[in-house]
Amino acid sequence: MSLEFLVASAIAVLSAAGIYLCLRGRTFPVVLGLAMLSYAINVFLFAVGRLMIDRPPIYDKSAAGYTDPLPQALVLTAIVIAFGMTALVVVLALRTYLETGSDQVDGHPDEHASSDGDGPAEGDAAA
Amino acid sequence: MNHWLVAPVMLPPVVAALLLFGMHRSLRLGRAVALGSCLSLLVIAVSLLVEADGGIIQTYQMGDWAAPFGIVLVLDRLSALMLVLTAALATLVLVHVIATDLDRQGWHFHPMFQFQLLGLNGAFLTGDLFNLFVFFEVLLIASYGLMLHGQGAARLRAGVHYVVANLVGSTLFLVGVGLLYGVTGTLNFADMAVRVGALPPGDQGLARAGGLLLLVVFGLKAALLPLHLWLPQTYSATSAPVAALFAIMTKVGVYAIIRVFTLVFGAQAGALAFFAQPWLLPAALLTVVVGFIGLFAARSLRELAAYGVIGSTGTLLTAIALFEPAALAAGLYYLPHTTLAGATLFLLADLVARRRGSQQDRLVQGPRFPWTEPLSAFFLLAAVAVAGLPPLSGFVGKLLILSSAQAHPAAGWIWAAILGTTVLVVLGFARAGSLLFWKSAAVGEPLRPAPAQHSRAEFLALAALFGLLVALAALALPVTRYMEATAEQVLAPQPTIDAILTDRRGGA
Repeated sequence: MSLEFLVASAIAVLSAAGIYLCLRGRTFPVVLGLAMLSYAINVFLFAVGRLMIDRPPIYDKSAAGYTDPLPQALVLTAIVIAFGMTALVVVLALRTYLETGSDQVDGHPDEHASSDGDGPAEGDAAA
Repeated sequence: MNHWLVAPVMLPPVVAALLLFGMHRSLRLGRAVALGSCLSLLVIAVSLLVEADGGIIQTYQMGDWAAPFGIVLVLDRLSALMLVLTAALATLVLVHVIATDLDRQGWHFHPMFQFQLLGLNGAFLTGDLFNLFVFFEVLLIASYGLMLHGQGAARLRAGVHYVVANLVGSTLFLVGVGLLYGVTGTLNFADMAVRVGALPPGDQGLARAGGLLLLVVFGLKAALLPLHLWLPQTYSATSAPVAALFAIMTKVGVYAIIRVFTLVFGAQAGALAFFAQPWLLPAALLTVVVGFIGLFAARSLRELAAYGVIGSTGTLLTAIALFEPAALAAGLYYLPHTTLAGATLFLLADLVARRRGSQQDRLVQGPRFPWTEPLSAFFLLAAVAVAGLPPLSGFVGKLLILSSAQAHPAAGWIWAAILGTTVLVVLGFARAGSLLFWKSAAVGEPLRPAPAQHSRAEFLALAALFGLLVALAALALPVTRYMEATAEQVLAPQPTIDAILTDRRGGA
């Protein structure tokens, strides 16, 4: 298998998982999906400078060729932004859960909340 | 190099940092500094506009790195126009925020407001695609903070949707940027324009895909039709003055569409010239219709204003989608009008909500409230502005758009959509206005004003916005001249490309 196929299929799997999770109904999978999507994009951005092996990014007298350094700088910026945004979404999702009492993305109250909530409580009581 | 060019990007973060570290204890000092920053931005923007009107495209190379490699800021007529509009709107919204004490409802309103201005100004000045992404992120992060200011369950729920939708949009933005970098090897707008024109046929498909992904992202920001669903909920859940500031946010999307699809994929792009048009025009026309039909579904005055913003942004994009000088000039005349009219409606909604007690700005019958008469007069004026009836500037804008579309093959559709929706706007606003103001007379005891709360200062920003709308109509001739020059400059990108790529120190 070539390196290109490995990288491309990794991007594809990450994006597919990211899109699936983003479409889920609860906030936690959505946050995970956003993180997955941003990983996929980071690998993709890294690959748009073409995949090179054993080539330096900056000037070197003995170098036979160079790899593109710019995408690495772009990925670094994208990672920082995605990291900050993920932190923000987690806090926002937690705050929404505490204020509305539901972790559904559309904010509707959870139908199974009472039975789920009773489960551990009964267990505790039994113990 | 003109160093004033960097001021709109440098001043807000410095002021924001000062506000964060030094002034959060004294609200009065913080307000004075924030207002001073907005006023200085306005003065700088106006002087930059006067310079840009000379027709010379100015560039500012960060750290003096030559253009395709370093970060470059570009000032032309279009970016100067957007800077002035942003600064004027921000100043008036800030005056309203101070008069209504919104900044007392939570921490750090003023620093976030300044960071929002940083993102907006940066997006309007930047000369390369990746920094456009970065400034989009800056303005979005600040807008998340502003949108949630004051909190409450409904606001948080809408906030989750807004943040998630925009994060997915940012992801798509990066894919588009990556694709375009992969085929052209550059991120600078001017350099990319040169290289897109010389692409081999095999790479054109990838460039097209990258360009269309960017159109999706900018369409999401501009609330273009299938991507408009986040807007009504977000704008009606946030506080009204913040929504008034956000009236410029949809225009950032419009600005980015103009910039990318006239400079990078403009007349120079060979096979890829204006390839977005067949997608943009139908989407824009549908946005006009669906946005203005939404007026009838509005449950509150803020939601009414939000649907008005969607519809009028659609009208604006219809003019831009023709990619002709006359239509673009008409659209650019309509752009400040629709921004100011949208903001006016949101501020009006705030003033009504503050007087109606528990009913807020919901469109339900309620008892009479203080200041009903002046507020209903203002509402009538705002309706006239949004509908585009004489004597306010919306009429001139719509007239220009209609007359510029006459020769276009889709003229029938454009005329039908714009004229038909004008009737819808009138009906939608008549329904809302009669519910709020007329029918209120019949119900219950009139509400009495709480004495300390209702100062005349609250009306200052609203009156100033109307003043700007009237000025825009009264000065229609010089303004349209400027817009025509802007449209010509934007649609003939070669001088812009030369200005960005030429090294100022004499080398090639």
